[in-house]
Amino acid sequence: MSGKLRRFPGGLHLDGHKTESTQCAVQRARLPRRLILPLHQHIGAEAKSVVMAGERVLKGQMIARAEGYVSAPVHAPSSGTVVEIGDRPVPHPSGLSAPCIVIETDGTEQWCERHPVQDYITQDPSHLRNLIREAGIVGLGGAGFPSFIKLNPLGKTVDTLILNAAECEPYITCDDMLMRERAAEIIHGIQIMRHALHAAHCIIGIEDNKPEARAALVRALQELHIDGIQVTQVPTRYPAGGEKQLIHVLTGKEVPSNGLPVHIGIVCHNVATAAAIYRAVQHGEPLISRYVTVTGSGVPEPRNLEVLFGTPMAELLEQCGADPASVERLVMGGPMMGFGVHMPGVPVVKTTNCLLADRHLPAAPAAMPCIRCGACAEACPANLLPQQLYWHAHAGEFDKAQNYNLFDCIECGCCAAVCPSHIPLVQYYRYAKGEIWTREREKQKADVARERHEFRLARLAQDKAEREARHAQKKAELAGKTAPHETTSH
Amino acid sequence: MQTSSSPHLHSAAPVSSVMLRVIYALIPGVIAYIGVFGWGVAVNVVFASIVALASEAVTLAVRGRPIKPFLFDGSALVTAFLLALSLPPFAPWWITLIGTAFAIVVAKQLYGGLGFNPFNPAMAGYVVLLISFPREMTQWLAPETVSGHALSFVEAARVIFNGALPPGLTLDAVSAATPLDTLKTRLHLGETVETARRASPVFGSLGGLGWEWINGLFLLGGLWMIYKKIITWHIPLALLGGLFVMSLVFHLYNSGAYVAPVFHLFSGAAMLGAFFIATDPVSACTTPRGKLYYGAGVGILTYIIRTWGGYPDGIAFSVLLMNMAVPLIDHYTQPRVFGHKD
Ligand code: SF4
Ligand code: SF4
Repeated sequence: MSGKLRRFPGGLHLDGHKTESTQCAVQRARLPRRLILPLHQHIGAEAKSVVMAGERVLKGQMIARAEGYVSAPVHAPSSGTVVEIGDRPVPHPSGLSAPCIVIETDGTEQWCERHPVQDYITQDPSHLRNLIREAGIVGLGGAGFPSFIKLNPLGKTVDTLILNAAECEPYITCDDMLMRERAAEIIHGIQIMRHALHAAHCIIGIEDNKPEARAALVRALQELHIDGIQVTQVPTRYPAGGEKQLIHVLTGKEVPSNGLPVHIGIVCHNVATAAAIYRAVQHGEPLISRYVTVTGSGVPEPRNLEVLFGTPMAELLEQCGADPASVERLVMGGPMMGFGVHMPGVPVVKTTNCLLADRHLPAAPAAMPCIRCGACAEACPANLLPQQLYWHAHAGEFDKAQNYNLFDCIECGCCAAVCPSHIPLVQYYRYAKGEIWTREREKQKADVARERHEFRLARLAQDKAEREARHAQKKAELAGKTAPHETTSH
Repeated sequence: MQTSSSPHLHSAAPVSSVMLRVIYALIPGVIAYIGVFGWGVAVNVVFASIVALASEAVTLAVRGRPIKPFLFDGSALVTAFLLALSLPPFAPWWITLIGTAFAIVVAKQLYGGLGFNPFNPAMAGYVVLLISFPREMTQWLAPETVSGHALSFVEAARVIFNGALPPGLTLDAVSAATPLDTLKTRLHLGETVETARRASPVFGSLGGLGWEWINGLFLLGGLWMIYKKIITWHIPLALLGGLFVMSLVFHLYNSGAYVAPVFHLFSGAAMLGAFFIATDPVSACTTPRGKLYYGAGVGILTYIIRTWGGYPDGIAFSVLLMNMAVPLIDHYTQPRVFGHKD
């Protein structure tokens, strides 16, 4: 591994606003009376409930199982009684409701039976992957992709395992605090990942605005006498924590468009995921809680909390001194890529890394026409021409937007943040992508329908042919009877 | 609760403040301009600004567009400044009126307003004037130090609006062809660069007399804009580079017939064109590589028009010609998208 760092194109220097929420140690959030657990907290198929209303559940008990390969189970974050299974508002940009299991907690925090694996080194990687899958672990950096899938090299050689500790979005500090407080757990988790992947090298990539976290990692590595894990600082520049950007900075390699990191011998996981894997394997604890940053101008006491999934966001705001009713905007995630939730009563889910609550927001500036200044293109880390994407998306010319590589857009928001015309560019890209997907689905449906139709026509034709053949045969038979000298064998 | 789409953070200064900073950057050059050619320059700028804002307001109203955000986006003011600074300092008022109104109403608003004009409005207005009123447009003043007559603001306004010079002064006494024009005429008459420069008082040590200061200060304002990230370096560098290389090649080939590069860089609208006119984002290329081709094209064409063309300065025509090539250049200079092979 050469120590030379590369530079990704574009990007922005943003005000970090990180110190606000790193002043005090992480506290446990209060146990809420009710936990609301959406069945869909990850990328992939919705989990399927395995409990009934009225059933008593224990902390850590699986309450919904994974459905299909790309999916993740859900566990009870605390002991109590299932009081309802049904649609509830969930944190989603659409503001729609989705199926949830509601648990009324009993305050005893009684655990289910756990099965810790003390010596992971002797375990078969596939067994470990299964444990991790059963523990419901998904990428905690924000995407929520089931982690066991990314721990399966699928016959490819994994040269480098990269741990994403960049945490490049402003305001978010949950990974920072986790590294400061639980560095050893992260390192153990990384060791399990290395074992599962047979990765030759391992780099933890961390932005250089987190010296305490870096020091904690280095100290933990020394104390645990672990070699082969390199902690590398990368310059603080948004979006250095984008998977493709971090890989490029650390290794100089570019993930091919339409490709996955594993295609160039790299696997990338978030540090918080590593810690969760450690708890799952060595303590037998499924994923039921995480660190969440609660911050923003509407939060008098910004901080990080360790939160059970299903806890309503409003309760966290209250615990940090904020009045949920006075919050004008509540964003889940960071200011660049997060989305506004529609009500503070929605629950924290596996992908909730940060709550950004603001009040007294200035009026959003009105959008002006694009003046083609090119500031967006300069800021784009994917080297796209955002103004052209916008032009075509705006005009509804989605195929042209696709020709300008719309699908290489990572929706980082750099372009919109620097646009002097304040055009909500990313909104247009999401819209265009959505339209293209819809059309493709419809085309597929149409293809299926056409195939069915053709199949039906073919069958009808066949039926007809058979009928005619039978008919002819009968005729021939009849003819045979009248003319017995002719052979009827045809 | 508000649920606007991400990003929720906007660091960008709005269009209006970008345009305002372009005006700030022009000010040193404008002061030099006034210092050299008198208050007529200021009268033109003020009058053009009023005409531009009025035409913008009227057209927006007719087009049924919201007036306030677009009137105060500052773009009309920038157009007015650029056009006024390209006009002869004593151009009669109706010249400014026609040029500015054409720039705003036809070249900008009829194409769809801010962001949609394929041609640089100020230069479109300038070229229309140059073609329609060649006599008025080429009647330039001699620097005040040469003519020895300094007119007050009111006197200058009177010349522009009434055509009345102060008593005892004739137009011949104060006017002179521009240095670029003078040089071209004299070279045509068979003189060499050397003798021409010595024979006429309108030349300075670098470029045209006084023009050196004007260009120098526009250069300074332009560098400030690059520093403030209002423009990028690509277009100015490529434009000046194109002009420099062309003039250097010909100067080295025959220094008697082709004047030295510095003269070109410090005469006429070279710096104004490089930093303020050709960089108009709406009508220029937007890809980094495209900006280089675009700028170089303007520079090279400017040299050609200055040297062999029928018009005194070539910036306006070159900018308009390159405006036409923008879609093509942009198309062929798309950057390599991250994760794609070349
Ligand atoms: S930053 Fe905005 S105004 Fe400038 S080119 Fe991009 S989209 Fe257009
Ligand atoms: S949101 Fe897309 S187009 Fe905009 S800067 Fe990010 S990657 Fe580029």
